[in-house]
Amino acid sequence: MSTYPLLSLAIWIPIFAGLLVLTTGGDRNAPLARMLALAGAVAGFLVTIPLWTGFDVANGGMQFVELSSWIPRFNINYHLGVDGISMLFVVLNAFVTIIVVAAGWEVIQNKIAQYNAAFLIMSGLMNGIFTSLDGVLFYVFFEASLIPLYLIIGVWGGPNRVYAAFKFFLYTLFGSLLFLLALMYLFIQSGGSFSILDWHKLPIALGAQTWLFLAFLIAFAVKVPMWPVHTWLPDAHVEAPTGGSIVLAAIALKLGAYGFLRFSLPIAPDASHELSSFVIALSLIAIVYIGFVALVQEDMKKLVAYSSIAHMGFVTLGFFMFSAMGIEGALVQMVSHGFVSGAMFFCIGVMYDRVHSRQIADYGGVVNRMPKFAALFMLFSMANAGLPATSGFVGEFMVILGAVKFNFWVAFAAASSMVVGAAYTLWMYKRVIFGDVANHHVDELSDINLREFAILGVLAIATLWMGLYPQPFTEVMHASVNDLLRHVAISKIQ
Amino acid sequence: MEMQKLYLLVPMAPLVGAMIAGLFCRVIPRWVAHTATIAGVAIAFVVSVLIFMDVQAGHTFNGTVYTWLTSGDYRFEVGFLIDTLTTTMMLVVTFVSLMVHIYTIGYMQEDPGYNRFFSYISLFTFSMLMLVMSNNFMQLFFGWEAVGLVSYLLIGFWYTRPTAIFANMKAFLVNRVGDFGFILGIGLVLTHFGTLDYATVFAKAPELADTTINLFAGRDWATVSLMTVTCICLFIGAMGKSAQVPLHVWLPDSMEGPTPISALIHAATMVTAGIFMVSRMSPLFELSTAALSFVIVIGAITALFMGFLGIIQNDIKRVVAYSTLSQLGYMTVALGASAYSVAIFHLMTHAFFKALLFLAAGSVIIGMHHDQDIRNMGGLRKYMPITWITSLIGSLALIGTPFLSGFYSKDSIIEAVALSHIPGAGFAYFCVLAGVFVTAFYSFRMYFLVFHGEERFGKADDAHHHEHEGDHDDEEVAHDHHHGLAPGQKPHETPWVVWLPLVLLAIPSVAIGFIAIGPMVFGDYFKGVIFIDHAAHPAMQHLAEHFHGASAMGVHALTTLPFFLALAGVVLSWFFYMKRPDIPAAIQRRFSAIHTLFENKYYFDKFNEAIFAGGARLLGKSLWRGGDVAVIDGLMVNGSAKLVGWISSVTRLFQTGYVYHYAFTMIIGIFVLMTLWINRA
Repeated sequence: MSTYPLLSLAIWIPIFAGLLVLTTGGDRNAPLARMLALAGAVAGFLVTIPLWTGFDVANGGMQFVELSSWIPRFNINYHLGVDGISMLFVVLNAFVTIIVVAAGWEVIQNKIAQYNAAFLIMSGLMNGIFTSLDGVLFYVFFEASLIPLYLIIGVWGGPNRVYAAFKFFLYTLFGSLLFLLALMYLFIQSGGSFSILDWHKLPIALGAQTWLFLAFLIAFAVKVPMWPVHTWLPDAHVEAPTGGSIVLAAIALKLGAYGFLRFSLPIAPDASHELSSFVIALSLIAIVYIGFVALVQEDMKKLVAYSSIAHMGFVTLGFFMFSAMGIEGALVQMVSHGFVSGAMFFCIGVMYDRVHSRQIADYGGVVNRMPKFAALFMLFSMANAGLPATSGFVGEFMVILGAVKFNFWVAFAAASSMVVGAAYTLWMYKRVIFGDVANHHVDELSDINLREFAILGVLAIATLWMGLYPQPFTEVMHASVNDLLRHVAISKIQ
Repeated sequence: MEMQKLYLLVPMAPLVGAMIAGLFCRVIPRWVAHTATIAGVAIAFVVSVLIFMDVQAGHTFNGTVYTWLTSGDYRFEVGFLIDTLTTTMMLVVTFVSLMVHIYTIGYMQEDPGYNRFFSYISLFTFSMLMLVMSNNFMQLFFGWEAVGLVSYLLIGFWYTRPTAIFANMKAFLVNRVGDFGFILGIGLVLTHFGTLDYATVFAKAPELADTTINLFAGRDWATVSLMTVTCICLFIGAMGKSAQVPLHVWLPDSMEGPTPISALIHAATMVTAGIFMVSRMSPLFELSTAALSFVIVIGAITALFMGFLGIIQNDIKRVVAYSTLSQLGYMTVALGASAYSVAIFHLMTHAFFKALLFLAAGSVIIGMHHDQDIRNMGGLRKYMPITWITSLIGSLALIGTPFLSGFYSKDSIIEAVALSHIPGAGFAYFCVLAGVFVTAFYSFRMYFLVFHGEERFGKADDAHHHEHEGDHDDEEVAHDHHHGLAPGQKPHETPWVVWLPLVLLAIPSVAIGFIAIGPMVFGDYFKGVIFIDHAAHPAMQHLAEHFHGASAMGVHALTTLPFFLALAGVVLSWFFYMKRPDIPAAIQRRFSAIHTLFENKYYFDKFNEAIFAGGARLLGKSLWRGGDVAVIDGLMVNGSAKLVGWISSVTRLFQTGYVYHYAFTMIIGIFVLMTLWINRA
């Protein structure tokens, strides 16, 4: 085990780098701001690599733990640690931060330092969420991470950004207030502890568990987002700049799903079992209903946003089947979705930067002018449709196979996404990429430059690697997922 | 040890070729692309021959290459199963692929996407080899979807044509409908067998033969045999890939792709993946007579009714496409009759003669300068002698002329169905028998119209340019890719790279049946690979009793019904289209209702378009506009915001700023509180 406080570094390097970037001031120093931001993102990523390479796969408990007192009066601690469930998200988050900084390189031309700083700070805060083992610390990071994203949408967003930013902020704030109440209740019940791991062991009556579960559910369902509290996401995506969409899809959506595994399942296992069919029903609605809604979208970003919701439906479905296949499949789906939807949003950004439209109808025949781009976009579209050998397949495959064991008709409904998911993705691809050159905007397109090619190339490698050899990803999860399942199987009612 | 490296080499060589041609397609010259890919496929073919001989010597293999994923108690691995079924498929795939690669040099000569095309067909060869060499369901599914992807890419190869990019999406989505069933079948296998490894699953299958599952909580009527459900789910996958009714609709449209891939993918190899899969799963299918009945009925419908549609097609490729559908139906019928070895045998002979027919059709298309309408052809035998002779051989093989390859396989299917007693076998027997006549009729209708009779080409008649030729890529216009012959221009024989594969394919089309039927169908070739429950499905056993060698079978056939049906088909088509062309026209007028039905392909496309595609869009629109926008956003989200606004606007009315309003309110309040307090006491 490493002697360096890797988790603290993973949190604070990006945050301090972000603050440093802010000091570069106005847009005169843009090159410096960009270089600093990139350096900070890369440094933040490098410190997370030992988390994976040094991870003990046989240990299902917390690793790289850091514990020191923060507010002794309320027994609040600065308590960090990762297990097989959270570790990959720290690495993914740090990885995506590099992508995001690179994605905004030439595109963002005003308030460059502030833009990059917002992303770096958000990256650190989100690492804080994934690594916090103290309820208050978690809550602070959880709420604080809203602010940079709110600013990113509200400042660098599209014409309707204010509505979208408010909708996003209020929706998620509404969810987290109930979450705060649940934390207070647990603090009192546990006799004055904010340790999440203590709460896991806390016996709670079924009635109280149910209320806790519902409070968590509302908080996390908004984040995931689950049907019917999903409508903020398409608006937020449409208005957000490309980088914002990438972070939103790749990382921010994972926070809610992660919360289910860290809070709902272990703290309220009996209520989780009781209400699992409710959550599964919502998940299936997300997969089927949202799939059809995605089919008829005319705005590419909205389409991919809706497809994100459907993909996250697989995640919540996997969690609440209470099987190793289901949970690991869901976790794989989360990581994969980070690569694939991030790439999809970046691809749309590439076209938007050139044509300044996201409407499918404004495109057609892009392949004639951007063949390299079309090939890469094809790969990610296929991954989005869950084609084997891409990462998009692995999670869906595991969840569907797990679902057959759980209930044939649940699997039936989930597997329908094989058809619908392919339909909306390929139909969009056909209308945008194939065909004759549709108009003079498309005619003037230039193919992707080296920077864009590098970003998409890295994401393509990640997507293919995870599709062809997912074992390194699932290997780290086994012990923790098995511990979780054993824990959830034991009743907490006394 | 050494053999295992060779196994790996077979799929990897085409993959490397595909990567060279694909990743560098914009920088390398054409000869590098075709040399690299042809070398890759040639290596795969040669090594396949070596492996075939090794397996003949008794060395089969079943082992893991690497562990793809573990989760819970489950392991998913990538591995190879090398036995006679695998090597048969490997030989067919690599040989036909090699022929198509060589042919492509000539066919795609003028196309700007030359390197890309070679990359795709090599990638296809890799995917198909991964599919057939798999030793587990997961990798099978990988290959299954990968060939689907390449098929998608190749149907839409000319991506500026609206028809092509519609057809490729349609093909992918219809296949996905099949895969939807397929993955549920795989899920059932994993759930009940605990593994996806073939050997373990097949070994355990007899124990689970009587297992039932309940599909609808606690209702007796919903309790069904596990094997039946699993096999039908798996077969739905096969119906998508092998284009069985009602999931056949994508295959005719797939003719939008360049002809070499119609031969390779949409005739010889990919579309037979479903047949291969069911044969591989014979230990499961044998345990469910109900599933086999389902298989045989679907196959029979496809065999006969798709054949009818071949009669009225005028596009040379579509005639061959409907013939492929019909022949796939024959293979499926064989599967249903538990004659798996016959199905694989027909798969093999069909791969040769159908690839030959497609490539010959492509040769004709080149000769005709990309006019595909057989009404504009006629008399081509004078100008394209090699294409003519090889087409004749292919057609004769297809209709089941005794001693040619197609005869042995098709006749065996008909006999096996005659001897089968599962429900639906009677219907299937009628269909395959009637199908013989239909096959002979449409095949020779095309043959006569193309190669014999009046020369109808070179007329300056724009009406003959049918819809495929309407749209051009900018680059394609430069070298008139899609024009017919100009007036006075004559068709010409194609270069050697095009006709050589025809000749090489003609050899097995003639001879392979005679050579292979003994060992493959009635010998021990598939011993331990294909499993038949002889007590329940004795057809193959009875068939073997009637078999006295290939020559005897051929001689005997000259006196049987199928032979006369085929002969009648040939003669009738000659009479109709060579002697009295007024008769078919009259029939068309007389039975216009049936003609309209055929013209519209039994309305499958229109139905799918309206119900499934239209329905999905309508559903999506109503869920979006009604659910998301109106109820959730309108009522709940913005509604609660409005509610807050409304409440505050009402309460704002109280804050008037007049002292007497406040005083009055206070007095009323005190009064109310006092009343309550008094009542309480």
